[in-house]
Amino acid sequence: MTSLFDEVQEAPAEGVEVRRVTVNVNGADKTVDVEPRLLLVHLLRQALQLTGTHSGCDTTSCGACTVLMDGRPVKSCTVLAVQANGREVETVEGLATASELHPIQEGFKEEHGLQCGFCTPGMMLSAKALLERNPDPTEDEVRWALSGNLCRCTGYQNIVKSVLWAAKKMREQNQEA
Amino acid sequence: MAPLDELKIGGMGASRRRVEDNRFIRGKGRYVDDIVLPGMLHMEILRSPVAHARIKSIDTSAAWEVPGVRLVMTGETMAARNLAWMPTLSYDTQAVLATDKVRFQGQEVAAVIADNPYIARDALDKIVVEYEQLPVIVNPIQAQSPDAPLIRDDKENQTSNKIFDWEIGDKEATDRAFAEADVVSKIDLHYPRSHPSPIETCGSIADYDRATGKLTVYMTSQAPHIVRAAVAMVAELPEHMIRIIAPDLGGGFGNKVPIYPGYVISILASILTERPVKWVEDKSSNLISTGFGRDVYLEGELALRKDGKILGMRMHTISDHGAFFADAQPTKFKIGLMHSTFACYDIPTAHLLSEGYYTNKGSGGVAYRCSFRVTEAMFFQERMMHAAANDLGMDQAEFRRLNLVRDDMFPYRTAFGFLTDSGQYGKCLDVGMEAIGYSTFKQEQEEARKRGKLLGIGISTMTEPLGAGNSREYDILGIKMFDSAELRVHMTGKAILRTGAKSQGQGHETTWAQIVAHELGIPADDIVVEEGDTDTAPFGMGTYASRSTPVAGAAVAMASRKIRAKARKIAAHLLEISEEDIEWELGRFYVRGNQERGVTIQDCALAAYSNMPDGLEPGLENTSYYDPPNLTWPFAAYFCKVEVDAETGVWDVLNFVAVDDCGVRINPMIVEGQVMGGLTEAYAMANMQYITFDEEGNCIGANYMDYLLPTSWETPGFELHEVVTPCPHHPIGAKGVGECATVAGPAAFVNAVMNAIEHTGVRNVDMPLMPNRVYEALQTGRNVSGMPPVLSD
Repeated sequence: MTSLFDEVQEAPAEGVEVRRVTVNVNGADKTVDVEPRLLLVHLLRQALQLTGTHSGCDTTSCGACTVLMDGRPVKSCTVLAVQANGREVETVEGLATASELHPIQEGFKEEHGLQCGFCTPGMMLSAKALLERNPDPTEDEVRWALSGNLCRCTGYQNIVKSVLWAAKKMREQNQEA
Repeated sequence: MAPLDELKIGGMGASRRRVEDNRFIRGKGRYVDDIVLPGMLHMEILRSPVAHARIKSIDTSAAWEVPGVRLVMTGETMAARNLAWMPTLSYDTQAVLATDKVRFQGQEVAAVIADNPYIARDALDKIVVEYEQLPVIVNPIQAQSPDAPLIRDDKENQTSNKIFDWEIGDKEATDRAFAEADVVSKIDLHYPRSHPSPIETCGSIADYDRATGKLTVYMTSQAPHIVRAAVAMVAELPEHMIRIIAPDLGGGFGNKVPIYPGYVISILASILTERPVKWVEDKSSNLISTGFGRDVYLEGELALRKDGKILGMRMHTISDHGAFFADAQPTKFKIGLMHSTFACYDIPTAHLLSEGYYTNKGSGGVAYRCSFRVTEAMFFQERMMHAAANDLGMDQAEFRRLNLVRDDMFPYRTAFGFLTDSGQYGKCLDVGMEAIGYSTFKQEQEEARKRGKLLGIGISTMTEPLGAGNSREYDILGIKMFDSAELRVHMTGKAILRTGAKSQGQGHETTWAQIVAHELGIPADDIVVEEGDTDTAPFGMGTYASRSTPVAGAAVAMASRKIRAKARKIAAHLLEISEEDIEWELGRFYVRGNQERGVTIQDCALAAYSNMPDGLEPGLENTSYYDPPNLTWPFAAYFCKVEVDAETGVWDVLNFVAVDDCGVRINPMIVEGQVMGGLTEAYAMANMQYITFDEEGNCIGANYMDYLLPTSWETPGFELHEVVTPCPHHPIGAKGVGECATVAGPAAFVNAVMNAIEHTGVRNVDMPLMPNRVYEALQTGRNVSGMPPVLSD
């Protein structure tokens, strides 16, 4: 199936050389011509219309823009789109399947791990990276792993509970499998 | 027929999982920056790098030359349309784009509208502004000096930097109480400037359609109807042609109540370009130029009898409002509800004198997670209580118990005239003391000290006024502070509810439906809740000051009850009996004496559209406006235990117990979430979170590397307890809660740290209690002030 637009291109400023980048986003290759200065967060949000990745502080401090690049959390407000060329990027939109939520998403809902929802996508992706390398973390390990993601609403206590809830469910699923 | 189980249908008391989460956890929230309109342009704002200067010239010619630039705007562009200045929500004026002077670092000077934000930024760099710098004022003590430069020389009749004097209470009686006192306890301190700093910054998309004359603005606003009224006044557009839509908000905390220059500039930009114009602040712009909170100095005194009874209270506050008095306070109260201080204590007489000053800082004084200055009021109260107990040599808890309003004294008229109506203050104190292990603490503290460890315990108890109005006393720009709900029940018994409030994370979509479920027995899952669109929502004053549940929540209950009254008439028709012979149980009318024979609310809904009785208006909907008879008065008793490291000044929270009585809890899970979030902001302010200024007015804290917010690593855990005293006047007995923890929390932390170090003789360390300040106090035994200017490098 083809669509009218597979690739969305922003017109470059005059005299600016554009680069063609191919980024695998949530399992599908996306090829886009970008200015070298374009930030990954803007590639995702504007060119690819994946607005679940939020821009919070512009200085790598708040983590609202966290995505996974080759499985590791990065803050996409300080990664250039060209640096993602040839890499795999996972955003919040890639967490759930059409029919099923990811256990981390379920955990955040079940344990009231979010209020305004703005930090939530980044928070969940940092949690995912943690649980993939440490399926049975302690509370302190969760707190340390999420310490690059700021939340102004919840006080973190329920976020920690959400991640531990998800860890338990993921371990149970793995045992069944 | 078995009665409905209210918890199963998601009614009152159910910790129902949140409806809004379904989109947020999928990354499908819709915040302002997520919205893309066809042909949309992007706006960026040039801000002043200096705090006080005359603008000699602005040259925008090079900016116009940048390809992709559509419009460059300066104060002149605005002035040509009489928009260079706008009114604030506090009866002052504020510059939209500077024409004469800049009055704080970060003030809006010019704007570029371009095809994308990168181009707009490029063009900002090409604008050349020539400034002639003027002397700078960064605290209200400097502002009072006769030699101080006049900051607001734009205002006629403004001859000094003073904004207001405001006074309340009985000065003579209070002076007498002090003359008769055995002990006078005095403390001076500063509640530092802080920024609410939601992770999402402010922004707007203005879309003016010349063909229809309609202006639609997507905006990060906690109070979209107030914005509509203000835009109608400022831009002289007809109100019915203005549609303000507040979509999902990434937090607010009071930061998104005022109306900012960026909104107004984007509106004019859209009118001029005839294209939608998006403006989204970066973090520095948000931190440097939008709604600061706090920044108040206190001189507080208590007149005490030897046995611990408080005879009188005297408070003098001096507040720093920055360059424009642009916070939103109810009209009658220049310093908000500062006079709610000491409302939980039985005090015969009190006097409050408040002064407000202009300085060369961004506008301050917004209700940062606070019911109009109540955070400062209660912090001052509990720091004064702490100092007084020490001066008397009394135990902190017993001193409070002796002076707290007793259960049998309600309704109680406070010394400043508020009417507190309910509470079990002593019980809350008991629950907290038990949970923290208060009775054994002194021994624990002494033993720890022998081992060289510094332990401390801090208490904070308070009741605060939440849920403005009533309309007799509370208005903003003359608009009375009521709120509203519109409930439409469809023919299949499903419903849509809209209110004049606006959630920023509080979970209204979840809890409002629970109130309807409680009143009508319609399952909460069958009710959709919408807010924030002025074209569809009934008029309301928005969400801040913990007013949503007290006011809009009450309107939801009243709308539901009016629908039930109409459904009763339909039920009588369906059951073919008279209305008087009908009884109600949750979700169902039945014939008195024959419970089996009945009709459900859903049956009535269907009949309202298909089989209504003669003479009854078809349909089943209601719009209710609710004007509360009084504020609601929740109570909090917080206990904090800390350990201070004498070698570094670092302190750790060992235990924190929070006892909250916010009346009936609609959704306990959400209430607890509000309390934990509020406690974290309290911890933040006590520990690290503040924005200060150097002597040149440079803002120190203009990004998240300088403005420290606690992460999951530092933030302590909190132990929550509840006591329930229903509000006597609220239809479902609820009180406000969203801000209790931010209001009562800071004093608990500070009192705990002070308790650990005051053996050195120190009486006060200003927040935040950063290690260097605590260390200095430990070394010198002297007070540590946080007043700007600070040294900068």
